[in-house]
Amino acid sequence: MSATEVRHPGLNLGDTDEVTHEEAGSAVFGFWVFLMSDAVIFALLFATYGVMLRGTAGGPTPAAIYKIGSAFIETMILLTSSFTFGMASIAMKHETGYGRLLAWMAVTLALGLAFLGMELHDFATMFGAGAYPTRSGFLSAFFALVPLHGLHVFFGSVWMIVMMVQVLVFGLDARVKINILRLGLFWHFLDIVWIVIFSVVYLQGLIA
Amino acid sequence: MSQGIWPAVLGRFDWTALPFVRAWDNPTASEIIGAGAASVVIIGAVVAIVLITWLGKWKYLWSEWLTSLDHKKIGVMYIVLAFVMLARALIEAVLMRMQQASAINSPGFISPDHFSQLFTTHGSIMIFFMAMPFLTGVINFVTPLQIGARDVAFPLLNSISLWLTGGAAGLMMVSLVVGRFSTGGWSGYPPYTELAFSPDVGPDYWIWAVTLGSVGSTLTGLNFAVTIYKMRAPGMHLMRMPLFVWTALCTAIMMIFAMPPLTVATALLALDRYLGFHFFTNDLGGNMMNYANLFWLFGHPEIYILILPAFGVYSEVVSTFSSKELYGYTSLTIATMAIAVLSFTVWVHHFFTMGQNADINAVFGIATMTIGVPTGVKIYDWIWTMFRGRVRFTVPMLYSLAFMMTFVVGGATGIILAVPPLDFLVHNTVFLVAHFHNVLIPGLLYGMLAGYHYWFPKAFGFRLNEKWGRIAFGCWVIGFYLAFMPLYVLGAAGMARRTQEVFESAFRPWLYIAGVGALVLLAALAALFVQLWVSIRERDANRVTAGDPWDGRSLEWSISAPPPEYNYAVIPQIHSRDSFYAGKRKGEVYAPPAQYHDIEMPKNSMTGLVIGICGAAAAFGLVWHIWWLALLGVLAIIGAVIARSFARDIRRTIPAAEIERTEAAWLRTVADATPIPRQIETTSANQGLAEIAA
Repeated sequence: MSATEVRHPGLNLGDTDEVTHEEAGSAVFGFWVFLMSDAVIFALLFATYGVMLRGTAGGPTPAAIYKIGSAFIETMILLTSSFTFGMASIAMKHETGYGRLLAWMAVTLALGLAFLGMELHDFATMFGAGAYPTRSGFLSAFFALVPLHGLHVFFGSVWMIVMMVQVLVFGLDARVKINILRLGLFWHFLDIVWIVIFSVVYLQGLIA
Repeated sequence: MSQGIWPAVLGRFDWTALPFVRAWDNPTASEIIGAGAASVVIIGAVVAIVLITWLGKWKYLWSEWLTSLDHKKIGVMYIVLAFVMLARALIEAVLMRMQQASAINSPGFISPDHFSQLFTTHGSIMIFFMAMPFLTGVINFVTPLQIGARDVAFPLLNSISLWLTGGAAGLMMVSLVVGRFSTGGWSGYPPYTELAFSPDVGPDYWIWAVTLGSVGSTLTGLNFAVTIYKMRAPGMHLMRMPLFVWTALCTAIMMIFAMPPLTVATALLALDRYLGFHFFTNDLGGNMMNYANLFWLFGHPEIYILILPAFGVYSEVVSTFSSKELYGYTSLTIATMAIAVLSFTVWVHHFFTMGQNADINAVFGIATMTIGVPTGVKIYDWIWTMFRGRVRFTVPMLYSLAFMMTFVVGGATGIILAVPPLDFLVHNTVFLVAHFHNVLIPGLLYGMLAGYHYWFPKAFGFRLNEKWGRIAFGCWVIGFYLAFMPLYVLGAAGMARRTQEVFESAFRPWLYIAGVGALVLLAALAALFVQLWVSIRERDANRVTAGDPWDGRSLEWSISAPPPEYNYAVIPQIHSRDSFYAGKRKGEVYAPPAQYHDIEMPKNSMTGLVIGICGAAAAFGLVWHIWWLALLGVLAIIGAVIARSFARDIRRTIPAAEIERTEAAWLRTVADATPIPRQIETTSANQGLAEIAA
């Protein structure tokens, strides 16, 4: 196998040796597998949410507590952050320096934190309106599913910071590049999960 | 202790959490047994520490084992863990059988509460800390060797999986000494395991031990799926892989998909217990049926996670000891994949009686019976492999034969249970207990033991003692039939499972027979330990350094025993199935390559060990509400992961000269060894070089 054959799209490992390319293939594939496993967790929490939807136990109902406006803004923020991470990936692939890469990562991080801030504000509002997880089965399901996504965004943000530090410390060596690529997959994955949350949780909640 | 600073430091711990204190306050047989078990744990730990210190082996243990990323050593450590846990859970089984045999119209010697803990720990340990580590260990040791790789795709992740499992098993042992375990059975059904009914630490021990173990298994699955997809030697197409690798692949994929439901189930139960959520509670919109679905969405694939690797072992063993190519290779791979897929479609048969309508039960009943088809295909394939072969009745082969006959019986009773109306009759009786032991003991334990005997010479360079192996085999088989056939009778007669006291005198003879069976099984385990002891003492007479003691067929037999750290000095080129066997016939093996190259291997790392210990500490903190410890453990894990991501000096190079020395020494051994015919492979004449017969 020649080096070009196994070159992973999105990675520019330059003229490093064949072994590095092969290992990059396994490393990225392994992360896809991890995401698949994580997707199973989310799928089960969605199913649980569906099962518990009617278990409001006389407490707040979805229509009463969901604020579609802020959920929509959060969606936009997260989608934009996926775009900016895309720009970071392009910068990593085509640029020789890493100034632009770091700049796009910083923008993505800022958007991620903005999303988290808004989401926490939403939760606080819900708590204020008497919609807290111990109130009913429905709210338990909501507060297991949506904050788990938020927790993922939080760890994605921590990871983003770690990777920015690593770019500064190590430059763009093969491991840093592979890990930024994995972080990208993770970040886009969270976007997809959020789109499902927006559709299944927020939009569906407004129908009732 | 209930005032001031202590609750902040020690959480909800108090002195009565210690079984010694309980036994002192209330010296009944039940409490004394509990205190005795705790003493065994403590004395065992102290003796181990003293012994290692006495022998001055800490450094060796640390650098050669605990921090090793070598898949072979990780595999061995998994299997050691499995044997330790097997010993505990088997003793618990014997205690339960003795209790039931002595508790016919009398209370017996174990209290109901203690009895409930026994069946919960027995089940949890046998599944999560005996079976899973055992099969993971065998997969770890064998798979990279069979696909011609030097290690797994993610060696550090492998070590993390091991130590998460080890930490979880440690938590199980700690629960013997501090506090008590769950009484909710191995499946931990709420609402019984909710705070309202079980406010004590027991279910929390269960939740966190199982969660740590299941995360470890998910990572193992990920690792081996990638290893098998990406790291096969050139020329080894999927349809040239040894069948064991096929089963390892299907197992790995099933772990990726089936362990997350367990993690979700335990996590949601934890949210209920710790933060007052209402997933599975009786009130405020909780729905325990969702737990049953989540748990068995894991639980049923889990059964095939346990059984498929054993099927792989049998395929290797039957083919090798019949001196024949595996019959129906293609059908076996298809059957393996079919089982893996179907196993996700049958989970409802674990709760036919819990209220869904007859149509749903019918669908799941039919799906369940369908699994019998690929399994039947496999049995026929193994029989045809033996047909007109030159079958040698070695210990692994004996286990394979016992498996085929016993497993078919278990499969047949499984079909009975798959018919919903019949299931209603025997649901929750010991008929079910007999059934799943009847599939899991031959379908897992015999397979793993066959694998242990088969690959032990490869791992350590000497054969296991044949005589003690046969004694252990005899005890496992006789013990199994004595212990579990009576349970079919009792179950059909209506005896409920998990019964602490029996009020039907007619059950007495059957319970006595089952009790004797349990003792025979204990003798089987003892015989295995004696065998290991004897084999180590006589190791010099039984060395098979040349590496091919059984006239093997797959790649792992083409290298020295034990294999060098890097497995293959030169990655082999594969031209066919059973390529080593074919190569031997063509005289293409044991030839040094034109040139050796440097090999890069991962350096040792303590990251896995640190994560395992911190995970167990965090879990212990959560169990006892020692919040600072839980927080510290979690932060330490995150810190360890980040710190590791900054490590760059993570590989070491083995120079070509060193490899050449190692390989030359082994090739000299091969040249000096006398080839032996298969008939005398179980004698000391076996030096690991097979005579080439037609």
